Order: sequence, then structure tokens, then C-alpha cells
Amino acid sequence: MHADPEPAERYRLWPPRRPILAAMATSAIVVAGLAGGLAYAGGLFSPDRLTPSGIVDTFQNVNGVHPGFRRNHTKGACISGTFESTGAGARLSKAVVFAPGTRPVTGRLAVAVGKPFVPDNETLVRSLALRFELPDGEEWRTGMNDIPVFPVPTAQDFNGLLVATAADPATGKPDPARISAFLAAHPKAAGALKRIKERPFTAGFADASYNSLNAFRFIAADGTITPVRWSLVALDSSPADPAGASKPTDPDYLFDDFAARLGRGPVQWRLVATIAQPGDPTDDATQPWPEGRETVDLGTLTVDHIDAEASGNCRDVNFDPLVLPSGIAPSDDPLLSARSAAYSVSFTRRAGEAKTPSEVQFPAKEGNPQ
Amino acid sequence: MSRPSRLPVFPALSRLLHWLMAVMILAMLFIGIGMEASLSNYNWLLSVHRPLGIAILILAAGRLINRQFNPPPPLPSGMPVWLRFAAHASHIGLYGLMFAVPLIGWAMLSAARYPVVLYGGLVLPPILPQNDMVFAVLRSTHTVLAFTLFALILAHIGAALMHAIGFRDGVFQSMASVRRLRPDPASGGQ
Repeated sequence: MHADPEPAERYRLWPPRRPILAAMATSAIVVAGLAGGLAYAGGLFSPDRLTPSGIVDTFQNVNGVHPGFRRNHTKGACISGTFESTGAGARLSKAVVFAPGTRPVTGRLAVAVGKPFVPDNETLVRSLALRFELPDGEEWRTGMNDIPVFPVPTAQDFNGLLVATAADPATGKPDPARISAFLAAHPKAAGALKRIKERPFTAGFADASYNSLNAFRFIAADGTITPVRWSLVALDSSPADPAGASKPTDPDYLFDDFAARLGRGPVQWRLVATIAQPGDPTDDATQPWPEGRETVDLGTLTVDHIDAEASGNCRDVNFDPLVLPSGIAPSDDPLLSARSAAYSVSFTRRAGEAKTPSEVQFPAKEGNPQ
Repeated sequence: MSRPSRLPVFPALSRLLHWLMAVMILAMLFIGIGMEASLSNYNWLLSVHRPLGIAILILAAGRLINRQFNPPPPLPSGMPVWLRFAAHASHIGLYGLMFAVPLIGWAMLSAARYPVVLYGGLVLPPILPQNDMVFAVLRSTHTVLAFTLFALILAHIGAALMHAIGFRDGVFQSMASVRRLRPDPASGGQ
């Protein structure tokens, strides 16, 4: 056995002895391997893959960057009220929110466009997001739209749809040829958009019904899993009230009408779960479930207050559809994880930006006809 | 030749904690970067990321306490001053980041008003009041410090391999050995 070197020799790096060279080479290979592995996990070698940041970039490309605002459903207002559970949902889900009782609820009404100052009459989809604060720090957040199905089954297709329907810089209008090409290549989107167009278009927020669109799983206390979709079914009839009928000259007529409607009393919706039968698609939000599926009346949402977005209220809440209490779980719908990821990016970006007051103010902004 | 003398290695609990946390922290860094880059895997990776981060925080505290009762064996007497300094400084950095990265993760979720769900209905309380600007700063800090931790881990692995293959001074064996004692390189053992 060779004699071991003295300390001064043992730790000498230059000029390197053979063992030092071998160690440096091994270290370099291991370190490069780990760093390369991390870069791979981070998507550095797959630049064409759509990422959460990538889809939010698409929203920004299509709508422009509006600092401090959500990248989609940008124009909105904060609501609050209560949810009175019937207790009927408790056999399907152990979530505390479905036990009998009344809980405070906050939320947000919005139009599904990525521009904060868009006139309401240029929008086609309304949304209602809710946040239930439950005991022990649990929460249930859900974002719903007044459309029967989602236009596309995946985030990649949604990105494609955004690009295909974006205004052409030359004309300022979407290019019909590009839209046709997208729909021809995406028959599911064509079918879903037809259903969306054919839905009854309500006068305002109060008489619209809102759907979860994505499927979820209710988990009962005994572990039974039930695939469901849920809806807020309006109790106001449409048109809500001839006296409060839309004023197309008011760019914020949806919000102003809702505030006026609240002046006459709270607005209510029934929260209804629709139960899937075996074979009903849970992974494709473009596909409606057949008529006549069993429904469960979970309770009544009563909204009695609307406020402009401000620091600390619904403006600063990410209505991530996967903030769920124990007893509600995601389905296999790929849109859910994608929505959660993209909302998170949108929230992170706007959180760090200076805020501009919302177009929607109460009482209505001066100059807007009331 | 006489039988080589033996030197102490790290106590068994220290070695167990080291290798357990090595796997957990490396997995955590890959999960963290992977979930930020993936639409389809985001949710399940995030659901692992949060409880794993809290587990690392708890184990880091346990490790610091264990270190008081089970001190590490001394570095070889022949190690030059610059190398001792590098060893001590990098370990202070590693310990600091093992606490800072998960704590900032918890704090940033608190500032953003996200419930910090560990598993099922188990939710951690917020440790900061709601403030979206604070969230934005902590969110960036979380990423920067996670990359710093990764860089320090790479340096740590590189240094360990230098000890194992280059210096052959027994430092690597004091953590990588499964026995209670390691050969003393100064006595001719290897």
C-alpha cells in the first residue's frame, strides 16, 4: 500500500495530482447531470410545450397588458352574502359546507374578457366566482360561467382558440378564415361553441345561471366517490325586471343593473349538483351530460351586497378552482390543473403590479347613465 | 503493516437525517420547478410540494436540535484554513436555506390568502396577514432562494466527491459510511 500524502500535499489543488483530476472530473459530471436534470424538469429542453406562463402570455398578447388586473375575467365587482345548506349534499360529500346551516360567502361577478375597461355590451360570457370560508382554515373556491359547456377540452386547445379568435392587427377584427380553420381542426370546439351560442342569453347577472363546467368528485364520509358538476340556478326570471332592463349606452350596465336589483332585495340562486352516470364524460368539459340526470339541491346562495374591487377584497383573491375542502376533489378533467396553474401565474403577476381602480364603481361612475 | 486505527463517523441519527433530507430536498427542488412548468402536472405536484416542504422544515429543526446532542466529528486536522472556512460557511448556508425556503413558502401563501392545505382537511394557519405586494416579493424570494439552495447542494456534492476521490481524507466516509467507525487515512487505511 502506497504511503498517504502529507496534509499539504493531500489538499494541494495546483498543480493537480491524479486523484484531484479524477475528483474534479467526477464532480463536474455529477453536478452537470443534476443541473441538466433540473433544467429538463423545468422545461428548458421542451420550449414548444405550453406552460402556465405561456398561456398567460397568450392572454396578454391578445388583450394587452393591464397591470394590476386579472389576465382574464378582468372587469368585475365583489359580492357577498350567505349560503344556506339544505343538508342534502351531506350524503354525497363530507365537506362541512354541505352540512345543514348558513355560512357567509364572498365572491366576484365578472365578464369573461381580458380587458378591464371593455363595455359590457361587447361581452358574451358572465361569470360568478365564490369563496366559502369553512372552519379550521378550509376553503372552497369555485369559478363558474353562464355557459352550458366549455368551448374546448384542453388548455392547449384554449390557447389555440385565443390565438385563432384574436383581433387581426390589420383590421382590428378577428379573421373569419382563421376561426374557420381552427373550428374545422377542432370539431369539439365547434360543437361546444354552437351550444354556447344557442343558450338563452339573459338580461344580466341576476337572472343568469352559472355552471362549474368541469366535473369534480364528491367524497362522502364513507369514502364513496360521486362524480358531479354543479350549477347556480337563478331564482330571478329572465328578463329580470323590465324597469331595470339593460341600458346598452351604459358601459357598465351589467354591474349597475345588478346593484339596482340589489336595491330591491337580495338576489338568490339554488346551488344544484348534477350526478354523473357511469359513462358520462368527466374529463371533457365540452360534452354536456344527458338530460334527466339526478340532481341534488345543495342549498341557496343569497347575495345582498356588491362593492367595487379594492385592496384586500375579492380583487386580491385567486378564485383557483382547485382550492377545495376535504370532501370535494378534482376529477380527471385536464382543464382543472391547467386552470389552477394559469390562475396562479396571473395572480402572481398582478399581485406585484401597481393597481388601477376598477371601471366598475358604486355608485356608478359619473357620466354613466343610471 | 499494523491494523489501521479507526476514526468516528457522524452519529447514526445524523447520517439518517442527512440522507433522508438529501432525497427529500432534491425531490422538492425538482417538483417545484416541474410544477411551475407544467399545466397538466401542476396540481398533483403542488399537492406533494406543500406537505413535503413542511416535512423538510420540521426535519431541519430536528436536525439542528440533534446537532447539539450529537455533534459532528471534527474535520481532519490537516485541512487548510480556506477549506475549513468554505465547509463551515456552506453548512451555515445549507441550514439557513433549509429553514428559509419552506418558511417563505408558508408565509407567501399566507400573504396571498391561500389555505395552506397539507392533506385532506389539515390546513396550516396563516403566518402573515393578507397583502398581495408582500406575496409578490416573497414569491420571487422563494424561487431565488430555492435556486440558491440548489447551487449550494451542487457545491456540497462536488466538495463531497473531492473529499472522496481527490483528498481521500475520510470526510466523505464520515457521512457515507454505514458503520460506526471509519479507517483513519493518516494511519495508511483507505
